[in-house]
Amino acid sequence: MDLTLKVWRQKNREDKGGLETYKVTGILGHYSFLEMLDVMNEQLIMEGTEPVAFDHDCREGICGTCSLYINGEAHGPDRKVTTCQLHMRMFKDGETIYIEPWRSAAMPVIKDLIVDRSSFERIQQSGGFVSVNTSGNTQDANALPIPKMNADKAFDVASCIGCGACVATCKNSSAMLFVAAKVSQYAYLPQGQVERKQRVLNMVEQMDKEGFGNCTNTGACEVECPKSISIEYIAKMNREYLSASITAE
Amino acid sequence: MSVLDSKIPDGPLKDKWTNHKNHINLVNPANKRNIDIIVVGTGLAGGSAAASLAEMGYNVKTFCYQDSPRRAHSIAAQGGINAAKNYQNDGDSVYRLFYDTVKGGDYRSREANVHRLSEVSGNIIDQCVAQGVPFGRDYGGLLDNRSFGGVLVSRTFYAKGQTGQQLLLGAYSALNRQIAKGKVTMYNRHEMVELVKVDGKARGIIARNLETGELERHSAHAVVIASGGYGNVFFLSTNAMGSNATAAWKIHKKGAHFANPCYTQIHPTCIPRSGDHQSKLTLMSESLRNDGRIWVPKNIEDVLAIREGKLMPIDLSEEQRDYYLERMYPAFGNLVPRDVASRAAKERCDAGYGVNETGEAVYLDFASAIQRYGKQEAAIARMESPTQEDILKLGEAVIESKYGNLFQMYEKIVAQDPYKTPMMIYPAVHYTMGGVWVDYNLMTSVEGCYCIGEANFSDHGANRLGASALMQGLADGYFVLPYTIGDYLSNEIRTGKISTETPEFEEAEKEVSDRIEKLMNIKGTKSVDHFHKLLGKAMWEYVGMARNEEGLKKAMAEIKQIRTDFWNDVRIPGDRNSLNPELEKAGRVADFLELGELFAKDALHRNESCGGHFREESVELDGEQKGEAKRNDEDYAYVAAWEYKGEPADAILHKEELEFKDIELKQRSYK
Repeated sequence: MDLTLKVWRQKNREDKGGLETYKVTGILGHYSFLEMLDVMNEQLIMEGTEPVAFDHDCREGICGTCSLYINGEAHGPDRKVTTCQLHMRMFKDGETIYIEPWRSAAMPVIKDLIVDRSSFERIQQSGGFVSVNTSGNTQDANALPIPKMNADKAFDVASCIGCGACVATCKNSSAMLFVAAKVSQYAYLPQGQVERKQRVLNMVEQMDKEGFGNCTNTGACEVECPKSISIEYIAKMNREYLSASITAE
Repeated sequence: MSVLDSKIPDGPLKDKWTNHKNHINLVNPANKRNIDIIVVGTGLAGGSAAASLAEMGYNVKTFCYQDSPRRAHSIAAQGGINAAKNYQNDGDSVYRLFYDTVKGGDYRSREANVHRLSEVSGNIIDQCVAQGVPFGRDYGGLLDNRSFGGVLVSRTFYAKGQTGQQLLLGAYSALNRQIAKGKVTMYNRHEMVELVKVDGKARGIIARNLETGELERHSAHAVVIASGGYGNVFFLSTNAMGSNATAAWKIHKKGAHFANPCYTQIHPTCIPRSGDHQSKLTLMSESLRNDGRIWVPKNIEDVLAIREGKLMPIDLSEEQRDYYLERMYPAFGNLVPRDVASRAAKERCDAGYGVNETGEAVYLDFASAIQRYGKQEAAIARMESPTQEDILKLGEAVIESKYGNLFQMYEKIVAQDPYKTPMMIYPAVHYTMGGVWVDYNLMTSVEGCYCIGEANFSDHGANRLGASALMQGLADGYFVLPYTIGDYLSNEIRTGKISTETPEFEEAEKEVSDRIEKLMNIKGTKSVDHFHKLLGKAMWEYVGMARNEEGLKKAMAEIKQIRTDFWNDVRIPGDRNSLNPELEKAGRVADFLELGELFAKDALHRNESCGGHFREESVELDGEQKGEAKRNDEDYAYVAAWEYKGEPADAILHKEELEFKDIELKQRSYK
């Protein structure tokens, strides 16, 4: 298929940026979206134009590096996938595709389609851990049984890949789904109980400090989340936060 | 040729590590505060090492090329992590894990290292659970296990098909805790581009800030390389796009020997190639072989009909299928080790039985597992006479809960539903057992420079067993390096802060700067990927699953030529003082172009078949094992460690003889 691409180009953090138009031809349905961009970039290099910079790494939907806003949707039109798992069979011959970076004040553009997600790092550093040192004498892993349901739920939320699609797709640029995932994981596990209250208070405080917006329950994040993390965990985080605010010392 | 000192402690095998730990020099807590350590790479090995070293009190600087340490490619490991816990009461023990690993590695790994790995394996699971890693559990709330290839017990712990992700996020959380405390300084979007040596000791690195292009000098009392494997030398592999050998190769060029580069793992279950524009290959976890059965049609006519789309695989009866692994290896069946499974798939496809258009695919079929689980679930649910439909539904739900994400990945890539029709799979480059040579303390042949995880060579011999990479990465990072590095650093307490304003740092920075300038000024006509693909093609063709003398000689000459062309004709657009992914790639491919030639040279010199290294000249000619790989213990039971001498072809061989005191060397038989 032949496609017209409208791609966001921005030299650096300071540059204003804008859309450029490129054409690609001979794209097959089994190419991934990023392989299509590889074809475009190879073409640009041969023409002597600087190729478009975009973030990507594992190309199998788990590292959370790729981050494109395609035709107004985070990770494009398919569901439960990251951009690297999006295949060109989702598009039609002759189509025009708009490709933009995530947009959020808390995730500024570095160059072209690459954004700075270090705000997520700082949120995790504010409490996304269990305070346990490495030790050869930790108690036996089976000393503390965990109900399967709790372990499974902890896993479901822990599968978050930190890509930022929830933020990009939210009209409020809210990071609640991301933060809720980490808070909930530890809240479901016995190992997370000791720091449970302080964790949610610290992580929410850091989230607000970074300039992310609030949740107004539109549910867009859940739809675009490549790992299908449910917004019920946002409710859980709110509950955790409320009870911690009231009872924390 | 010198003899390498691997510094293996004396005493009986099972006491070596304990005794060594008890006699190692320690650094007192006040002195640790004055000692800096650089860790390059933030995967399971690097992330866990950085966190542990910081917990102990050292000042750690950590580097990764990704925008977050959580994105290192350990994240993509699927199936699980081994540990000798014997929770299943199936006769597992530290010794058995040790034995399986040495045998699985085709007797080309270092006994003492592997035993240590087995000893600490249980601690890893304890540590990860304590961090909040959500492993799979049974209804009693206890940890569940699955089986992997090459073993007869269930010792693999897992978190669905995302075990690597969960373990890495565990290490990442420990790292975050230390970053928040200020004990770790994290440098994201930074790439190590040179090692700095002062008076023969590793004293720092030159790193390039990938966003600004700036070259930075960082000093430390020790440098730890945890930058992963070099599978991307094949261009197409299951590695991430950015996975590279640059850090490992730079220390090699500064004096660290590079060991056994030809030991590469070709993983049997990957999604087959689709065409020329493919950028990478995707793994389907080995855990699928717990429940999937591998087959091709028995009759060549059926193969052709399937390729033409006239016949569907589900239409073939049991009698018309050749479950070739079950046929050839009845004892281990579909769970033979990876090297064996890969060669068997290649053999069937070379014989013309490949089931897709390219002729390079075999089936991995879940139909009988779905039936089995469906019946079991129906019985548990006390259904009196379940219909076939009920059974399928229940069976698919069990498969979904075990491998859901893998089935979804497959469906998105291939656009076929693996619950209804068998998966198509083919071997692909996955892991590199070879790597930087290290002694028992994990120190390279450069003093003060350590290498851990996949980047080193030490534990897997010529073939790695499934679910052992995660084990090794975390063993090195959590439980081995933090002890052994103290032995060296105890002599550094009087060194004081290391200045970066010295001729050594200046020279190293200039070297890097000149290299970048040279690359930018070639202004040729071909993209970096063009050369990378040529290299990958030569590697796959001559240094892939089967190798012979003629092909390997050809590979060495071809790779040398590609390297010359690269340095004359590569085109790198943009500039060096901003974010420039093409420039990053160029630097990495330049290193792969050297490594690839050493790889072929190593494969050429090792005229035996062992593990992932299969020489066509060395096969069993008769008997029960006819056609299987033939090892030559008399001449090749050593580690080949190569010393850099300019051109890769001029590298000098150093041998570390492997001594097997506790295990008798036998031919591996999985029949």
